[in-house]
Amino acid sequence: MSARATRRKAINMIAGAVAGGAALLSLLALGSILWTLVARGMPALHFSVLTTSMAPTGENGGLANAIVGSLIQVAIGMLVATPIGIMAGTYLSEYARGSKLGDVTRFVSDILLSAPSILVGLFVYVLLVATTKTYSAYAGGIALAVIAIPMIVRTTEDMLSLVPVALREAAAALGAPKWKVVTLIAWRAAASGIVTGILLALARVAGETAPLLFTSLGNLNWSTSLDQPMASLPLAIYQYAGSPYDDLVQLAWAGALLVTLGVLVINIIAQLALGRKR
Amino acid sequence: MTQAPSLAIAAAPAPAAVPASTRGSERVFAGAVTGAGLIVFGLLGAIILMLVLGAWPALTHFGPAFFWNPVWDSVADNYGAGVMIFGTLVTSLLALVIAVPLAMGVAYALTEIVPQAVRRPVGIVIQLLAAIPSIIYGMWGFFVLAPYLAQHVVLNVADVFVGVPVLGKIFDYGSGNSVFTAGLVLAVMILPLITAMFVEVLGATPVILKESVYGLGATRFEVIRHVALPYGKRAFIGAIMLGLGRALGETMAVTFVIGNATRLSPSIFAQGATISSTIANEFNEAGGGSLKLAALLGLGVTLFVISFIVLSISRALVGRRVEN
Repeated sequence: MSARATRRKAINMIAGAVAGGAALLSLLALGSILWTLVARGMPALHFSVLTTSMAPTGENGGLANAIVGSLIQVAIGMLVATPIGIMAGTYLSEYARGSKLGDVTRFVSDILLSAPSILVGLFVYVLLVATTKTYSAYAGGIALAVIAIPMIVRTTEDMLSLVPVALREAAAALGAPKWKVVTLIAWRAAASGIVTGILLALARVAGETAPLLFTSLGNLNWSTSLDQPMASLPLAIYQYAGSPYDDLVQLAWAGALLVTLGVLVINIIAQLALGRKR
Repeated sequence: MTQAPSLAIAAAPAPAAVPASTRGSERVFAGAVTGAGLIVFGLLGAIILMLVLGAWPALTHFGPAFFWNPVWDSVADNYGAGVMIFGTLVTSLLALVIAVPLAMGVAYALTEIVPQAVRRPVGIVIQLLAAIPSIIYGMWGFFVLAPYLAQHVVLNVADVFVGVPVLGKIFDYGSGNSVFTAGLVLAVMILPLITAMFVEVLGATPVILKESVYGLGATRFEVIRHVALPYGKRAFIGAIMLGLGRALGETMAVTFVIGNATRLSPSIFAQGATISSTIANEFNEAGGGSLKLAALLGLGVTLFVISFIVLSISRALVGRRVEN
């Protein structure tokens, strides 16, 4: 074998080793995160965390109000975002092909999809909190909706565009008007994909902290009134993780584990739904 | 995907035989979806409008100097975005410098070295990691990474560079909570995202191109280096820009570890601040209608402009398929 060939083989080996090293290093970092989460979260995750409300240090508080608050605000967000997202995605896929307005809307939606979530918080603050003079669960829910909408728009449009044209033509040839073709044929054919998109959006907003900072503010007490500041799990984690008291920091880890588990479970369900489709 | 033939059939004018109610339903449905589209269309404009409106008092008070003034003084009511813009750019660039080579290595290992059977599960794991909320990365940085760096890295590295002209300033003595730590946490956070996109781009290289070069006797590394990389160049850069966009605007992962010091320092081991960390930290200290609140919203406008530019470039390069 020539010296040149040997050299090239050596380079190939080195590149492989370097790539393997990079993969190991990445796994190490990400493994450390998961390990820390489980190691610190599990011991703190008692049943009482789910049943008692937040309390000052030393009073054996839990996270119940934060969990309920998160559920309420995420529910508001998804109730607002799902219809708008699906309809707008349908508009882009079925009604705006090749139109200027459609192209611009698609661009806007893509920018929103990756825009920093803290800006959404500021936006809703100026729009709803500064005008009503109070932080509220509504405002938090709306902020989450603004983050979820572009995600649902994107998946809805993508999934609808995968529906074979022949299927729609067959329906149209039977005399079905366009809205029936869309709702009874295209939506039904794309249903599992659209549901996946909704689930992924749900998982994303469930873990969002930044947009809630200036909208629902957080609340140390039990509150389910929608026009008052409301606690949420990510905000409770943020408040407790920085506290100097050990019991509160432990609660933060328990909350972190809960949020991550929730997000991962929703993601896995979404992946399974999509996996069957593809 | 944008090439799907338009459905001219259903859009043709309805024949006279079609009952009026059907045409009515059609109009209602078309109106509803178009309305939803318009809401999304208007959302971006509304965000810009609200941010600029809220920031207006600060922008007019300080003028364009707001964007480079390196002073953030709550006592003297004098605010500038200089330090935060600097901190945002430095942490994000650090994150890219660390994450991009790692992601490239992982993507190479995943597509070329790891056995086929393992690829799908590993791909799913990467996607799951990308879904972990950013506050978790922040907590990990705060409780695990920062103490580790403070104990084992910062002093040792700073020792090496003592007395060296420029590097001595950049690697000056500092703490565990620093610009460097923030960059590192951001790197770990965007790693799964960039890796997933890289894997997709590498996988998009036409097999026939790769095999013809293998046929000439090229090694695996040479095929990646001379075929897959040039072929996917635009998509790679687009993916990097998308990672950059994510890092620029990240709030929680950074706020935990950067120390939130609003003064300028050349050292990456010094505490610093980014735009988003400053907004998150100081917002609740700013009273409604105060100049400080307007200045914080001005920071938001700044972040919006920076992200918008980066994301537009990313979208122009990648197209729409390879992301998320």
